[in-house]
Amino acid sequence: MLLGRTANGLYWMNRYIERTENMARLIDAGLRIALTRSQDASEEWNSVLLSAGAASAFAAKHSDHTAENVADFLLRDMSNPSSAVAAIETARNNARMVRTALTRETWESINEAWMSLKRVLASPIDQRELPGVLDAIKRETALIRGSFYGTMLRNEIFDFAQLGTYVERADNTARILDVKYYVLLPSISWVGSSLDNYQWESILRSVAAHRSYRWVYEAEYKPTNIAEYLILNARMPRSLSFSYRFLAEHLKFLGEDYGARHPAQEIAERTYARLRGTEIKDIFETGLHEFLADFIKDNNRLGDQVAQDFGFY
Amino acid sequence: MVAFDEMLPAEAGLRRPYEAYDGWLKNQDPARLTEKMRDAERVFRKTGITFAVYGEQEASERLIPFDIVPRIISGNEWRRLTQGIEQRVQALNAFLDDIYHRQEILRAGRVPRELIAANEAFLPEMIGVRPPAGVYTHIIGVDIVRIAENEFYVLEDNARTPSGVSYMLENRETMLQLFPELFQRIKVHPVENYPQLLRQSLAAVRPNGVSGAPTIAVLTPGSFNSAYFEHAFLADQMGVQLVEGQDLRVADGHVAMRTTEGYKRIDVLYRRVDDAYLDPLTFRPDSSLGVPGIMDVYRAGNITIANAPGTGIADDKAIYSYMPEIIEFYTGRKPILGNIPTWRCSEPDSLKYVQEHLGELVVKEVHGSGGYGMLVGPAASKKEREEFSKKLAARPSNYIAQPTLSLSTCPILTEKGLAPRHVDLRPFVLVSDRIRIVPGGLTRVALKEGSLVVNSSQGGGTKDTWVLDD
Amino acid sequence: MRLKVSHRTEYSYDEPIRYGLQRLRLWPASGPAQTMLTWALHIEGAREEVRFLDQFGNDTRLLSIDGEPHTISVVAEGEVETNDTAGVSGPHRGFAPLWLFEHQTPLTAPGTAIRELAASVGNGRDLDRLHGLMALIQQRIAYVTGTTDSRTTAEEALVKGTGVCQDHSHAFAASARLLGFPARYVSGYLMMNDTVEQVASHAWAEAYVSDLGWVGFDAANGMSPDERYVRVAVGRDYREAMPIAGILIGQAQERLAVHITVEQ
Repeated sequence: MLLGRTANGLYWMNRYIERTENMARLIDAGLRIALTRSQDASEEWNSVLLSAGAASAFAAKHSDHTAENVADFLLRDMSNPSSAVAAIETARNNARMVRTALTRETWESINEAWMSLKRVLASPIDQRELPGVLDAIKRETALIRGSFYGTMLRNEIFDFAQLGTYVERADNTARILDVKYYVLLPSISWVGSSLDNYQWESILRSVAAHRSYRWVYEAEYKPTNIAEYLILNARMPRSLSFSYRFLAEHLKFLGEDYGARHPAQEIAERTYARLRGTEIKDIFETGLHEFLADFIKDNNRLGDQVAQDFGFY
Repeated sequence: MVAFDEMLPAEAGLRRPYEAYDGWLKNQDPARLTEKMRDAERVFRKTGITFAVYGEQEASERLIPFDIVPRIISGNEWRRLTQGIEQRVQALNAFLDDIYHRQEILRAGRVPRELIAANEAFLPEMIGVRPPAGVYTHIIGVDIVRIAENEFYVLEDNARTPSGVSYMLENRETMLQLFPELFQRIKVHPVENYPQLLRQSLAAVRPNGVSGAPTIAVLTPGSFNSAYFEHAFLADQMGVQLVEGQDLRVADGHVAMRTTEGYKRIDVLYRRVDDAYLDPLTFRPDSSLGVPGIMDVYRAGNITIANAPGTGIADDKAIYSYMPEIIEFYTGRKPILGNIPTWRCSEPDSLKYVQEHLGELVVKEVHGSGGYGMLVGPAASKKEREEFSKKLAARPSNYIAQPTLSLSTCPILTEKGLAPRHVDLRPFVLVSDRIRIVPGGLTRVALKEGSLVVNSSQGGGTKDTWVLDD
Repeated sequence: MRLKVSHRTEYSYDEPIRYGLQRLRLWPASGPAQTMLTWALHIEGAREEVRFLDQFGNDTRLLSIDGEPHTISVVAEGEVETNDTAGVSGPHRGFAPLWLFEHQTPLTAPGTAIRELAASVGNGRDLDRLHGLMALIQQRIAYVTGTTDSRTTAEEALVKGTGVCQDHSHAFAASARLLGFPARYVSGYLMMNDTVEQVASHAWAEAYVSDLGWVGFDAANGMSPDERYVRVAVGRDYREAMPIAGILIGQAQERLAVHITVEQ
């Protein structure tokens, strides 16, 4: 038996852990471009903010899209609820609320991540130390994931937490793609253009896929391949298809446990079936932006439906 | 006055209960002990055993300092204490039953009626309620102080929602981790079965008519409460749900919790929410921590609330001064464990005495707790005493006074080696169809040299408490 | 006298309710001044969760409301045989000690006005003093509906000089307590002489007089209850004796309609 509030806490705990890590990856990708391109990087930083869903909140506080400002806002500004430091704190508060559902190791890894990141992000980050800070964030979230996978029983508790992970991840990947969908359109891209090359790399880098892409496609960056990789490849751990494969699976487990088929399971299975039954050229034909916008909306709806089906509130 | 040291009293030399420990300690490298002390702190911080301090913005989660020198009680001493404690908790429950029914003790004039009538802890909504097994206060913390070899006194009873038991358990756990060899050399009664005993105890007072294993839950005000760690810890150790008011509602004639599969009924609720917040339909309407209608379900006999609402009437500091009378009235015997002499400032003669002797007395608020709002006469400055005197004159019935007792000391490990510090003891008592007392308890220690205030919110720490199996 | 009572309360809401509770004290008990012959509660749109006797011995029921129904109705009806005891309702019963009724509640907490009123009651026999008090309150608080509400205190009503039976009863209980009498609040029904339809349920106060026990005083009408009165619940004030008390979760707006008939 599991309290609805506990299921809710587990769901958001993992969403916020995922978000903490995503913030670090977004900054990482932005930083890479800023360091390797000679021209003004403010456009790139704006994309990063858009992907993080934080552009307008940022604009209310800062006027310059500099690495310092963006990193500060997305990593250590407590007034931004999605900043890494705020996200890890929310994750930890949720973990604290559901701690009886967690193994001691999982709780301790979250508590330690919170303590360590609070310390690392306590004062403004020296730009020279930014890569080290990003590494620390990724390392802490990896440690949480490690204890979580390594010690948690595969029961409803695990399922609800994982629903949070994959709803957040699908949202994040879809946003990254949507912010830059135009550089992936065939009409304005041509093979070998160095202009787009770095944009493409940046997309891949922000989902930690710039190396694995080559293992799969063994060739130069091609926009249709990139889109296919991040949307449809069910073996790429940050793709939409991968996320939905697991969302459908965890909802199926829950349905079996509870002896009931919930509307949320229908939604997840339908979305997964759509992703599996689609080819990337169909998506480009009907419009990449429209596809992603619909996906983000449906993904949010799935979150709401899960909350409703399982008594979160 | 020199305090009685429980390990090495002046003149008498090393006391027996500490002999084996002392033998081990002599062979320890001081540097290793200091290292162990740091290990202990790391363990506590990593596992998040913290408490919130009210009124502090920063560092709102703090550790209660832990000292690695155990406080040791012999088997014989413990047997005497438990007899006194059992007598006391029986009297407390009999008193509560009486106060919410015929009030014989008031009719007999042994306790003044005004003490009950003017007391906010008296809940009219409890009148006529007789909970299963006649138990009102199921979990009690009895604070005991020691003055000399054979002199123990009860400092106060905690009959509402006593806290600290998780520290008792974690302190032992930490000691077992740090010094496993010690427990092989010295036979110490275990305390770790407390959660199982608590569960058994709560199950035994399930509502009449519940057959089979009852559903038990722990009600917490939430994760921002100062004792949240303990609430979660106990729920976890008992294997029951930790619920908040927002999880609960009245459904099918019971209190039920919202689960991922719908509402499930609760039979016994171990609540750590104060009376006033328990039921917005009955008490404070603005409370979001409680369950509207739970008092109705309770009066209908469909849920056991532990501790029962309204038990605060038994642990009020003004009532405390009548405990010897209360014990005699209900048990027909003299108290085994003494009370500390107490002046009730509501009585003019006492008030006069207290005002004239502020420098020697400890003055406490009748309804206060946690060491707030009290005056330790000998330690206070002249100005503090003058200010307190005014407060006392304005609301005398709000205060009681006691002599400044020279609490016994136990050694703690400091940077300069062992040093004596004042201690008290809170054993935890479980009452249901029988009385269960885990051998041990929470030893609180005033870490500041000479200080008599052991409360964790005021710079106190804790120690593992050993009851020897001798 | 055989009285037939019907008390219908209807709540309607402009949207579904997430969750709500209603606590009913609508079940009269037999006693020295009345015998309950038949009584029934008809509830629609809500379900009865539990029933119990509260600390004053009132038969109390808790209803829950969940989701769809936009209308809840509670009908309490039945027949009660009453007799005229000149307001005397008998000795004190139950575990609630008499001294409890010596204490003021937030609704009866006296201010200057109540204190002055109580002080102006002359000396004499207990009953005479209480009748004097009743007359004073009837004089000082004119019966005007709509000027006070369920949260109005005795002091506020007296200062205002207007109110309804609830305010008269609070003012009486507050003053009687100041004079040293245990006092309580009674909710029930009154059959007005010329009509079957009643505008509201009724309330009066009782004071405890040694040798007689509880004696009723209806300051709104300036008389002690007779056989036209049906008592339903008692408490130290309105809040403890109120016929229906509820709590609602959600944004819904509530509309209340009450229809009461008392006839012979």
